[in-house]
Amino acid sequence: MSRTPARITRSPGRTPAPDRITGRTAGPHRRLSALAAAAAVALLTAACGTGSGSGGGSGTLTETDYYDAAPQNSQLPRILDECGSQVGVKIEHQQVPRAQFLPKLLQQASARSLPDLALIDNPDLQQVAATGGLVSLSKQGLGTDGLYPSIVAAGQYQGQTYGIAPGVNGLALYYNTDLFRAAGLKPPTTWDELRSDARTLTKGTRYGIAFSAVGNEEGSFQFEPFFWTAGASLTRLDSPQAVQALTLWKDLVSSGSASKSVVNWTQADVNDQFAAGNAAMMVNGPWQLPTLDAKQGLHFGIVPIPVPAAGGTPVTPLGGEVWTVGHSNPGREAKAVAVVKCLLGQRESAQWASDAGYIPSDRTAAAQLATDKPQMAAFVREVGTARARTAELGTAYPKVSQALADAVQAALAGGTSPQAALAQAQRSAHDQ
Amino acid sequence: MTTAVHRTEPHPAAPGAASSSVPRAGRRRGPFGTRWAAVAFTAPAWLYVLGFYLYPLAGNIRMGFQKYTVSSFYTGVAPYVGWDNYRAVFRDSHFGRTVLNTALFTAGSLVFQFCLGLALAVFFSRRFPLGGPIRSLLLVPWLLPLVVSGTAWRWILDTDSGVLNHTLLRLHLIAHPVPWLASTHDSLIAVTLVNIWVGIPFNMVILYGGLQNIPGELYEAAALDGAGAWRRFRSVTLPLLRPVTTVVLTLGLIYTVKVFDVIMILTQGGPAGSSQTLTTFAYNLSFQQLEFGRGAAVGNLLILVAVVFAVVYVRGTRREMQR
Repeated sequence: MSRTPARITRSPGRTPAPDRITGRTAGPHRRLSALAAAAAVALLTAACGTGSGSGGGSGTLTETDYYDAAPQNSQLPRILDECGSQVGVKIEHQQVPRAQFLPKLLQQASARSLPDLALIDNPDLQQVAATGGLVSLSKQGLGTDGLYPSIVAAGQYQGQTYGIAPGVNGLALYYNTDLFRAAGLKPPTTWDELRSDARTLTKGTRYGIAFSAVGNEEGSFQFEPFFWTAGASLTRLDSPQAVQALTLWKDLVSSGSASKSVVNWTQADVNDQFAAGNAAMMVNGPWQLPTLDAKQGLHFGIVPIPVPAAGGTPVTPLGGEVWTVGHSNPGREAKAVAVVKCLLGQRESAQWASDAGYIPSDRTAAAQLATDKPQMAAFVREVGTARARTAELGTAYPKVSQALADAVQAALAGGTSPQAALAQAQRSAHDQ
Repeated sequence: MTTAVHRTEPHPAAPGAASSSVPRAGRRRGPFGTRWAAVAFTAPAWLYVLGFYLYPLAGNIRMGFQKYTVSSFYTGVAPYVGWDNYRAVFRDSHFGRTVLNTALFTAGSLVFQFCLGLALAVFFSRRFPLGGPIRSLLLVPWLLPLVVSGTAWRWILDTDSGVLNHTLLRLHLIAHPVPWLASTHDSLIAVTLVNIWVGIPFNMVILYGGLQNIPGELYEAAALDGAGAWRRFRSVTLPLLRPVTTVVLTLGLIYTVKVFDVIMILTQGGPAGSSQTLTTFAYNLSFQQLEFGRGAAVGNLLILVAVVFAVVYVRGTRREMQR
């Protein structure tokens, strides 16, 4: 490109040519068009800055959730369509990966364009409600009578209800019935039985037990059943009870009853290991049931999380997502609230529970499910005593949860003793 | 067109006010108009840089001095807290380990990427059958999306079912499976290994290009003077490759300091922060613990490191150009 003008300018005798090429004779037209182009870019940038929010007419509502796996990701849009047609709106469904879900919501909050409907993980609800971008559902007349008190508490922020769960979940112990029968064992109820059963069932490439100890909220969620059942509290991470719980996990890994890879496994990975027969037991939730039930040749049972001493009651963290309504204008908000009302209705929440592996938040419906579907009995029993993760700490939970997950990893994957790891966690969670 | 007219119609006979004022007016209007045209032409680039680089950068620097909470997103209110975020980051129990990890990860990656890249570049600068296709295949790590290669490496490095442990066990090089990604002792080594694999093609391609520019006569002359292969490499190749080496190492350093995806896919910085570098630390602070001010502070430290080395790089290349 640059060669041509150079050659022409050097050639003498063609005086008009260099001028034309250097643009000096270009005249006002080109200059004008360049200015116009610049102005257009400026306008475009300005336009992009303000374009946000409304997305579609008031006949369309936006919805966001993080279900990226079957069957939840296909069941939810179906139920949404059903409720949308009942209320008379079209619902635009959008799914965001779990890791980006909260950052995305916060970013939308900063642009004042939170989705009309969002299905938020219950420990995150208070963070999103703290932005001020959510509509108070209690002010809109949505009641929470008859629901489990723990899930009602998880949906509240500063005395107002901002999120209501269509269904809840928790963690229990899955066990492979074939392997247990062959070894002549009964499913464990105490930690000692858990230890010895896991040791007995570890053979070759198969581990006795699998759980997830990844270094984030998912890892904390899996550890909390043992942590809370031992009697520990999130306000004091290095209590003797907490050390006792972490020692159990460390023993399982260091004795070889659980894989060293537990620190890398998500709950989905744990489920894959169990389904493939690489683990005789696993800690997991009811949302895995649709997948496991479909697996040919796999026979399994579910019991509550074992307790330190016989006769105790397991305290598990309450899982599940809550429906929220984002601020927009009164008309849209009213429609969104009507959709939430429909989604929480008896028929829809029962359908969601059976299709997606959830326990209805409504206690009577849950009790009914436990008798109809014995698989769910252990989960339903645990939900009664389950604890909301934000109950003790509110919006301070993420930080403590991170410290706890780090401590679990330091004890399982490094040489750190449970006592030292938890003392470190207590310092980093509360000192700053 | 006006300037052309003035210039083609000079009036040597009339040196008065008219003749001097006309060209001056032309000249004055000329640069003035040209300057505006220049502004108009550079404006899109400036607006782009302003909107997509400077504005977010300024925002990040500002956020580093704010107590930015989740409600700040909605209300836009975030009080200034001076250097509090930086102080908290420096006092964070993970900070020392994270900086050390970043240094080890960067140094380890650079040294091995460069040495292996150079060795391969020298190897492929000879002509031999299938040299071209093999060299192209070596670019694969560079072409694959990191999510894909990272996931594959996660499987390869798996403790129980990974092919690496399987092979090492079969060869009796290890007695027990190595928990590559599951141990606080090995995770940093594992992520560094994968990052070296990712970085070799970049080093090889640039160094290969540098080798092509070294005149073959020099080698012939050196050989005639009795220099062996090693001597030719040390006294001809290395000195003449210096400008390219500077570029490769500085760019490599800037790229490596900010590596995020490899670590995120393989270990998420774990277990227990053992493979955490400044990038994953910043992500963790901002998006796991929702400490946006501190996350921004760590991000700013990273930018500072990158800027320092970018300046070194720019000055280095300028000196080379002057030579």
